Amino acid sequence: MTALPELDVPSVDMQASIGGVPVVSPVLTASGCSSFGRELDPFFDLEGIGAVVTKSVQLRPRSGRATPRMAETPSGMINSIGLQGPGIDGLLADELPWLAQRGAKAFVSIAGSRTEDFAELAQRLRGAPGVLGIEVNISCPNVESRGEVFACNPDASAEVLAAVRAVADPAHPVYAKLTPDVTDIVSVARACSDAGANGLSMINTLLGLVIDTDTMRPVLGGVTGGLSGPAIRPVALRCVWQVHQALPNVPILGMGGIRTGLDALQFVLAGAGAVSVGTAVFNDPSAPARIHAELAEALGERGFGRLADAIGYAHRRPEESPGRHGR
Amino acid sequence: MTEDGTPGGALPEGALTQEVPTSTGERLLPPVPGATRELLGEPAPPPLHPPVQGMAVVVGSRPVSAYVELTLEAPDIADTAQPGQFVAFAVGGPTSAMLLRRSIAIAGVGEGRFSVVVSARAAGSTWLASLRPGEEVDVVGPLGRPFPLPPEGTPALLVGGGYGAAALVGLGGLLRSRGHEVAAVVGAGDEARLCSVDDLAAVAAPFVVTTDDGSSGRRGRVTGPVAELVAGAGVVYACGPMPMLRAVADLATARRVPSWVAVEESMACGIGVCMTCVLPVVSADGRTRFSRSCVEGPVFAGDRVRFDDVGTLPADVVGADAMGPAHTPAVEGETP
Repeated sequence: MTALPELDVPSVDMQASIGGVPVVSPVLTASGCSSFGRELDPFFDLEGIGAVVTKSVQLRPRSGRATPRMAETPSGMINSIGLQGPGIDGLLADELPWLAQRGAKAFVSIAGSRTEDFAELAQRLRGAPGVLGIEVNISCPNVESRGEVFACNPDASAEVLAAVRAVADPAHPVYAKLTPDVTDIVSVARACSDAGANGLSMINTLLGLVIDTDTMRPVLGGVTGGLSGPAIRPVALRCVWQVHQALPNVPILGMGGIRTGLDALQFVLAGAGAVSVGTAVFNDPSAPARIHAELAEALGERGFGRLADAIGYAHRRPEESPGRHGR
Repeated sequence: MTEDGTPGGALPEGALTQEVPTSTGERLLPPVPGATRELLGEPAPPPLHPPVQGMAVVVGSRPVSAYVELTLEAPDIADTAQPGQFVAFAVGGPTSAMLLRRSIAIAGVGEGRFSVVVSARAAGSTWLASLRPGEEVDVVGPLGRPFPLPPEGTPALLVGGGYGAAALVGLGGLLRSRGHEVAAVVGAGDEARLCSVDDLAAVAAPFVVTTDDGSSGRRGRVTGPVAELVAGAGVVYACGPMPMLRAVADLATARRVPSWVAVEESMACGIGVCMTCVLPVVSADGRTRFSRSCVEGPVFAGDRVRFDDVGTLPADVVGADAMGPAHTPAVEGETP
């Protein structure tokens, strides 16, 4: 018996790159939405996605904030977790070895309140097993001094990224995670890139508020919180578009409300070389694997043989026709 | 695993009643202010089976006083579920604007089916309650840690509040099948909000119903009958609103009776990744952690939950010292 030719199966090359490091899929989890990956193991093959982006880790274990920590909003949610986590020691002792043994890649999100914290975390990750790279969370809205989110200031952002890049494992690409809550995201993106960031993760949550109309007080224990989910997708896409237009050679990990393969395709067309799936995991724990398959199908249907050929394709000049894409 | 699918082998024999070791001091409770007693319950062991996700077909829907009981065909879930576990439903269909899963205790299993009692309170639960036979719903389960079973011969007291009583039905039947004496107290605000009365009455004696307004059974809270019955119990199981769980756990602990409480905490995912459903719970090492109700619960040893501190950030919770001075809850006038 001979095998039938697989003419109808779209064979799109889905290999992607995170700061020059090849990954098997352009779909990653999103920081803060998949813990450290273990809980998703029953639902899909963690090896088959680009990487598990860990919950942001800090130097010390953190309890996180008091409850309530979340509220559902239209096509989204607002959260104020406060970076609950085991700290870098717990990450190195328990979480990274598990991911490495499982064959999954870890894109480690780090957070801190001082530049030196970030640098120390990057230093500690040198040589750790299974680490793909580092996402520098300079934009969490749920930190101590909300008025001092690094990513609201180009100079502060640049200082952190330069410090991290200087001490991080040379094999680890370093991405800056940016907030959309700024007037000019391109200036922050450029500052990070100039400071040595190998790529940009866009976007973190938007700062929001929900009030309980029964108690007539804010719902969240932390009062304000980060808005995520499909509600913020157009904002995220706009940020990716603007930054890719200004800095076409800077790799972008796009995120913000991605729920389907077509959502992911929008980010790729806007200039993202890879995407993170965050809040959608709460709705559908197998979403990263599903979105990978849907994105591959969508690319094939549009005549793309390689994911790489679709990156930034929406920026082409008006006279260029859609139709054949490829080398 | 025992033949009837219970976690009998997972719990050390006598784990619920043995005196906790003190020679090493491990089980003492220095972090809890004013607490020098030993804890009665170990943390509940994890479930035997990982959860699965899939589409379940609704095969039955019937109103049960103020609630709707849904029965769903889902052998992967029904065949591995243990009493105390729950399922998490996606609501509103694939394009729904409601992204968060609705977590509901499993009320019964059998023949590849499981049932849940839905309280239609807001848009998501109303959508669930309106599902008709033949329709499908995306469900993840079984989730959470089941009720640990007591040593052979231990008489059990079950206490259910509102629709929380549904979570005790499977447990009651299992305990009876294993030869335990089972007593039960079921309470609610009024008769319409009582739940699983017939199911629990069938397995429990004595069986007491209470309502706040006296519209059914004894007028008042469950705590009255519980205070009378706890002396004859070797273990207490409770599911219901947090104030009820706290009162029942306190009554049990005061009589040195171990208790297990299944909490109803707000969850976004149900599978352990969102970190929204945490409670301050004393861990095996005696330190308090913000523990996820979904994967470290929903069943906790009643004397390990720090009910007084729910909704606050106690200074002795692991990692609280890293939160900084600005992390007192709900700072007035805080600005981004």
